[in-house]
Amino acid sequence: MTLLSGPEGPAASTGWGHDQPRKGFFTDTSICIGCKACEVACKEWNRNPTDGDLQILGQSYDNTGELGANTWRHVAFVEQGQERIEQARESGRKLVSLGMPGIGPKSGGRRGDLPEGDLAGVDTTPPDTPEFRWLMSSDVCKHCTNAGCLDVCPTGAIYRSEFGSVVVQPDVCNGCGTCVAACPFGVIERRDDGTFTTGAGGTDEVPDQGTAKKCTLCHDRLVDGQEPACSATCPTQSIRFGDHEELVGDAQERVQQLHDRGMTEARLYGANANDGVGGTGSVFLLLDEPEVYGLPPDPQVSTKFLPQMFAKVGIAAAGMATVAALSFLGGRR
Amino acid sequence: MANADLVVIEGSNMAEAHPVGFQWVMEAKKRGAKVIHIDPRFTRTSANADRHIAIRAGTDIVLLGAVIRHVLENELYFKEYVQAYTNASTIIAEDYADTEDLDGLFSGYDPETGTYDNSSWSYDGPQDRLDRGLPERDETMQHPRSVLQILRRHYARYTPELVEATCGISREEFEYLADAVAENSGRDRTTVFAYALGWTQHQGGPQMIRTASVLQLLMGNIGRPGGGVMALRGHATIQGSTDIPTLYHILPGYLPMPKVGQDDFHEFTRAIGKKEQKGYWANAENYTTSLLKAWWGDAATAENDFGYHYLPKLTGAHGTYQTTMRMNEGGVDGYFLYGQNPAVGSANGRLQRKGMAQLKWMVVRDFYMIESATFWKDGPEIESGELRTEEIGTEMFFLPAANHTEKAGSFTQTQRMVQWRDQAVHPPGDAQSDLQFTYELGKRVREKLKDSTDERDRPILELTWDYPTDENGEPDAEAVLAEINGRHLSGEKAGQPLSSFNEMKADGSTDGGCWIYAGVYADGVNQARRRTPGSEQDEIAAEWGWAWPANRRILYNRASADPQGRPWSERKKLVWWDEEAGRWTGDDVPDFPITKRPDDPGDPDAGGAAALAGNDAFTMQADGRGWLFGATGMVDGPLPTHYEAPESNVRNPLYTQQSNPTRVTFIDEDNLSSPGAMGEGGSVYPHVFTTYRITEHHTAGGMSRFLPYLVELQPQMYCEVSPELAEEAGLEPYGWATIISARSAIEAKVLVTERMKPIRTGDSTVHQIGMPFHFGRGHEAIVQGDGANDLIGMNLDANVQIQNSKNNSCAIRPGRRPRGPALRELVDDYRRRAGILPAEQAQVDGGGVDPVGGGPVDGFSPASVRGPLEAGAVPDNNPSMKELDNR
Amino acid sequence: MGSKTFLDWPVIRQLRGADPTGRGTSVTSQRTRDLEPRTADADGVAQSICPYCAVGCGQRIFHKDGKVIQIEGDPDSPVSRGRLCPKGAASEQLANSKHRQTTVRYRRPYGTDWEDLDLDTAMDMIADRFIEARRRHWEAEDSQGRPLRRTMGIASLGGATIDNEENYLIKKFFTAAGAIQIENQARI
Repeated sequence: MTLLSGPEGPAASTGWGHDQPRKGFFTDTSICIGCKACEVACKEWNRNPTDGDLQILGQSYDNTGELGANTWRHVAFVEQGQERIEQARESGRKLVSLGMPGIGPKSGGRRGDLPEGDLAGVDTTPPDTPEFRWLMSSDVCKHCTNAGCLDVCPTGAIYRSEFGSVVVQPDVCNGCGTCVAACPFGVIERRDDGTFTTGAGGTDEVPDQGTAKKCTLCHDRLVDGQEPACSATCPTQSIRFGDHEELVGDAQERVQQLHDRGMTEARLYGANANDGVGGTGSVFLLLDEPEVYGLPPDPQVSTKFLPQMFAKVGIAAAGMATVAALSFLGGRR
Repeated sequence: MANADLVVIEGSNMAEAHPVGFQWVMEAKKRGAKVIHIDPRFTRTSANADRHIAIRAGTDIVLLGAVIRHVLENELYFKEYVQAYTNASTIIAEDYADTEDLDGLFSGYDPETGTYDNSSWSYDGPQDRLDRGLPERDETMQHPRSVLQILRRHYARYTPELVEATCGISREEFEYLADAVAENSGRDRTTVFAYALGWTQHQGGPQMIRTASVLQLLMGNIGRPGGGVMALRGHATIQGSTDIPTLYHILPGYLPMPKVGQDDFHEFTRAIGKKEQKGYWANAENYTTSLLKAWWGDAATAENDFGYHYLPKLTGAHGTYQTTMRMNEGGVDGYFLYGQNPAVGSANGRLQRKGMAQLKWMVVRDFYMIESATFWKDGPEIESGELRTEEIGTEMFFLPAANHTEKAGSFTQTQRMVQWRDQAVHPPGDAQSDLQFTYELGKRVREKLKDSTDERDRPILELTWDYPTDENGEPDAEAVLAEINGRHLSGEKAGQPLSSFNEMKADGSTDGGCWIYAGVYADGVNQARRRTPGSEQDEIAAEWGWAWPANRRILYNRASADPQGRPWSERKKLVWWDEEAGRWTGDDVPDFPITKRPDDPGDPDAGGAAALAGNDAFTMQADGRGWLFGATGMVDGPLPTHYEAPESNVRNPLYTQQSNPTRVTFIDEDNLSSPGAMGEGGSVYPHVFTTYRITEHHTAGGMSRFLPYLVELQPQMYCEVSPELAEEAGLEPYGWATIISARSAIEAKVLVTERMKPIRTGDSTVHQIGMPFHFGRGHEAIVQGDGANDLIGMNLDANVQIQNSKNNSCAIRPGRRPRGPALRELVDDYRRRAGILPAEQAQVDGGGVDPVGGGPVDGFSPASVRGPLEAGAVPDNNPSMKELDNR
Repeated sequence: MGSKTFLDWPVIRQLRGADPTGRGTSVTSQRTRDLEPRTADADGVAQSICPYCAVGCGQRIFHKDGKVIQIEGDPDSPVSRGRLCPKGAASEQLANSKHRQTTVRYRRPYGTDWEDLDLDTAMDMIADRFIEARRRHWEAEDSQGRPLRRTMGIASLGGATIDNEENYLIKKFFTAAGAIQIENQARI
C-alpha cells in the first residue's frame, strides 16, 4: 500500500474528514441488457458531445467504441461460443479456489487446491444456454483508490472529492494531458476543440474544449443528494450506486450466488484493495477475463512509488511556496 | 409479470423493445422464475433468458400446438379450471368440419371470395338458449363434439417430430419448453406469455396469439397473478388509439362502425350484444346511445335514433393499405399525417411514396422533417428517376407539432392504464397540439359551412364542438376527458360525471364518448392523474393512474378464485368471495358483479350481468366462458392452424393448403410476391427475412434518427446473417450487402453473427436474415439508410388487416445496391427469373388462370383486393381486449 | 480573482489544512465549491409520461424560463420506478433538438422547395381543401340505393403517439364529416 491513501479510504487524507462514506458503482454485468440508457443519460446530464463518425464500428452492437473525453459510460458487447464459455467457467472457478480476495469462498479452501474440492456441496448445474452467449457490460471511470490521473495532475484540477471520487475541475484544468498517460485504464482523455456535427448541417459548440474529461460520478448531482444519471436510469439496476463498502459486500454475495448456480465464470473486478490501484470505487461483476471486455487484467498506477519520491522533493516544494508567497505580497503593493 | 413462475417471451424482443418493462422480467427471475425466449434471432432478450430457442419464422402455431397436444395427451392441463371457466365442455354444431377433415380448410369456405361463412362453427343447442349463452354442454368433456375432444383431434398431428422438422426445434428443446409450462401452471404456480409484433405481423398472426390463449386457458393461467398473454405494444398510446380509435372499423370502446345496410339502429346494437345474452356486452345499446349523445348532444333524440344515421357506413375493409391503393389510383385528394411516417414505416414504401405523389394535398404534423414530408424532393424514387419533383402535384403543408412536454393529456399504456401528463412548457413558434389543430380545423369547417342547407352537412353543424380554451387557443384536454367519461344529462344527478359504464342508459339520459373509459373522470376528478408513489402502495398500485375498465388491473380476475370463490392457493390469491361480507374482495377490483355469490345459478331470463352464473368468470363473453374454441370473432377459423407464409419455400407439412386461405393481398405490378414452395420461381428468393425494432431507435425514425445521442448508438442500416450464410453468399463482416425481394432491393451493412442460426427443416436448410426497419433515405435526419419496409409487400392478415413484416423471402448478394434506374432493372431481373413479371408471364406459359406474382398458387390464391366485411369489427373477440390480460 | 487572498491560494490551503498532498479540499475552485445540479434552479417539475413505447414510464420534466432543461425518470411511478431506456433518456433532445421544426412550411404543387406560410392562412387553406375533397368524393349511397353518407376523398394516418383526447376529437370530427379512412399505427 502506498501512502497516498490510508485505511479510512481515499478521501480521509484529503481534508474532507469522515462525514461521507466512500461512494461508488457496482456494475453487475450478469443482468445488463445492453440498452445503453446509461450512455445516453450520462451524455444528456453532462451535455457531452457525440462521438465517432456515425459509422458502424464493427464491434457487434457497440458503436461508441470506448470510454473517452465525451463518452463516460460505454457498453461493450461480446459474442462468445461454447469453448470460450467453458474457459471462462474454468478460470472463474480457479479464482475461487485460489482464494482471491473479493470473491470470498464460503469455507476456507486450501490455496491452489483442486477446484472441485472447493465447490463440494454446491449445485454446479450449468445454466441452460451453454452453447452461445452475448455479454454486455457498461464500463465507467474506476475512481481508483490510488488514482494516477490525480497524482500527476500539476494544476490541482483533479481532486479527490468528499465522496471519494476523482473529479476534474474544467475551470482549473489547463489541458496539459499529463493525466491521460497516467491512467492505467485509458479512461481520461483531453477533449478536442471545435464543434461536433448533429447532422443535416447542424453543429453544436463543444463545451469545456481542450480540458481533460471523464466521469465525475455526477458530482453536481451528488452534492444535492441525488444519484448519478447512469445508475438512476438503468432499467435492470445492473448499475447500482451507493456506499462503496456495502456495494462490495453485495457484489461478493452476488458472485457466490452465481457460483452456487454453476456460473463459475463470475468474478469481481476492482474489489481487491491489494491490486495495483488499491482497488477501485467502481466495482464490476464480470463473466469472463477482464481483457475480454477491454479491461486491463492487472492495472498498475504509475505513481505507485510517488510518496517516496515526494518526500525527497518536499524541501524543494516548501521553497517554492515561499517564493509564491512573496509574489503575492508583491502583488498587493 | 413479476409474479410469474415462468415467463415465455415469444414473438417479442422485450429487452430491446421494452427495456424498462423488462425490469419486471428480471424481477421475476430474481424471485426464482424461469425465462424462455423463443425467437428466430438470439437477441438482447435471449442473452438475459435462461434459455433461447431458435425457431423458424412463422411456425409458432406448430410449436404451441404441440405443447397443447402434450398437455392434453398427458392430462397435464388444469382440469378444474378448464371445466369451470372455459368452453371445453360446450358441444359444437354437427356440421362443423375441421382442418383435419378438409385438408387445411374449415367448413364454410368459399374459394371464390376467399372467405368463410362461420355458421357451421357455432355451438349446439336451440337458438333461444344460445342467445342466452346456454349452449349444450357435456361436463365430462368426453362428447366427441365437445370442444375439448375437437381440440384433441385438431392438434393430434402436432407432435414433437413435427416441431423438429418444421420449426427446427430439437426434441430436447421442445421438452424443456413443454415441461416448463406444465410444471409452472396449476393452483400454485403461473406462467405468463409475452408477445409483440413478432406474432402480430404475420398473415395469420392473430391466430398465433390465440394459440397462446388456448394454451393459457388450458393451463389455468388467465385472470390470475403472474398469468395471462401479455401484448407488449410499441407506442405510447397505441392501446389508447385502439380504445378511442383512429381506426376505420370501430367507434370508441370497440363498438363497430356500421356497415352498409345496417340502417336499423336497434338491429345494429343487437348485432353487437343482445339484451338477453350474458355479460356486459348485453348493454351495447346503452353504450352506443351514450356515444351518440356525446357527439350530437341535443340534436341526438330518440326520434332520430340519437343521430345513428349520421354515421358513415363501411362497405368492406378501408384500412391504411386499401387507402394506399386508392391513392395510387387517384381516388384520394387529401391526407393527414399525425406523427406518422408511412414513407418509411409502412409496408411497400415505394407504393406509399408513389401514392402520396398522387394526392392533391397533404398535411404533415410532426416535430421533424420526416421522409413523408420530403418524399417529393429527396425520396428514393427521385434518385432512381421514377418520379420528378417538378411533376409531383401534391401540395404540402408541414405543421409543427407540440411534443409531450408541451401539452396536457393522457396516454394509455400497454396494460390498459390511462396516465395523465401535465403540461411543462408552451409549444414554440407555430407548434400546436393535435388537439388544438383538430379543434381549430373543425371550427373553421363549421364556420365555412354554417349557412349550408345541404342535409349532408347536418352532422358537422350539429356536432357538439365547443371546448374551453386557454389564452393560446389550446383546448382544455380535461374537458375532453370529461366528455369521454360521460355525464348524467337529466334527473337529480344531471351534469354529474358518470362513475361507471353501468350507469349508462339507452334513453338518452346519459352521454359518454367511450364507455370503457367511464369512471376515468368519476366524481369530477381526473383519475388518470392520481399519483400516489409506487413505494407507498402494494404491487397492484391501484392509486396510480386509472386502468379501464373500472380501474381493474387484471381482467377476468374472478378466475383467480376457484368455482367456490376460494383462492386457488395462498401463493396466487388475488380476488375471492368473502362469505361474511357477502361480496367479492381482494387486492384488485373484482371483475364480477360484486355481490353475486359463487353458487348463484344466474338468471337466464334477465340478460346481461344478472344472467351470469356465479362461476361465469369471463364476464365479457356471451356465454361467460373463456373460449378455447372461437365460434365467432376470427374470420379464418375457430382454432389456430398452421399455414406457411405465402412466400415460404417450405411446403406445409400438414395440409395441401399451403397458406392461410383468407389472406388479403393487392394484385399490383408494384406489389408482387414470390410463389415460394408452390412455384419454380421461389428458389430465386431462397432466404427468409424478418424485420424488427432495436432499443436505440423508434419505429420509422421520426423520433430517433434526428437525435444525436441515439444515432451515434446505431448509426447505420444493417442486416444480421449467420456465418454459414455469409460463407455461402460471400458476405464480408461489416461490409455491404444488397437484399432483393419481389418488391425492391436495399443495401445494408452486414453483421455476421452466431446469434443467427441456420434452421434445419427436414433435409433442407433455411437461412434467416434480420433487419431493423428504422432507416429511411430522407436528407433531413442525422443518419440515412435504406428502409427495410421497401422490401415488404402489402399482404395482410384477414382478421386485422395488418401486413406480414416478419416472414418474407429474399435473395442476398455482396456489395451495395445499384444507383439510379439500375435499381429497378436489378429488381426486375430477379422477378423475371422468378417468372412473376406480369407483362412477360403470357409469353412463358400462354397466360395461366392463376394470377402471377400473387404468392403461392395453392388453388385458393386470392384473385383481387378483398377483405371480409367483418374485419375484426366483432367486439367480443377483439384481440386488444381479449388478449391483453394480466401482468 | 481580485478578492483572492494569499491564504486562499491552493498550495497554502494545502499546507495549512488536512490535505497535505494537495489532492482534495485544498485544490477545489470556487466553481467546484458552488456546484449544484442544473435542475436546482428550475422553475418547476411537471410529472409526465414517456412518449416512446407503451410501457408508460413516468418522466419528470424540469423546466426553466419556458424551456425544458432536463427530463429524467419519475421514481414515483410504479410502472418504471424512476428508470428510462435510452430513448426516454434522450427525450430532452426530442424537445430541444436543433432539427426541430417550429414554423409552418408550405410546398406548392410542382414546387421545388419549401416556402414560408402564415399559420392562420395555412389553417384556412386546409379547411377549404377539406371541404372540397369531402364534396368531390362524397358517396351518398351504394349501387343498390343503400345509404353510405361518406367521403372517400380524405384519409388520415396517425394516433399512436398522440393523446387519447386528440384521437377522440379526430375520430369525432372526421366521422361526423363522413371520412372513414382514419387509421393509425395499430394497423401497421
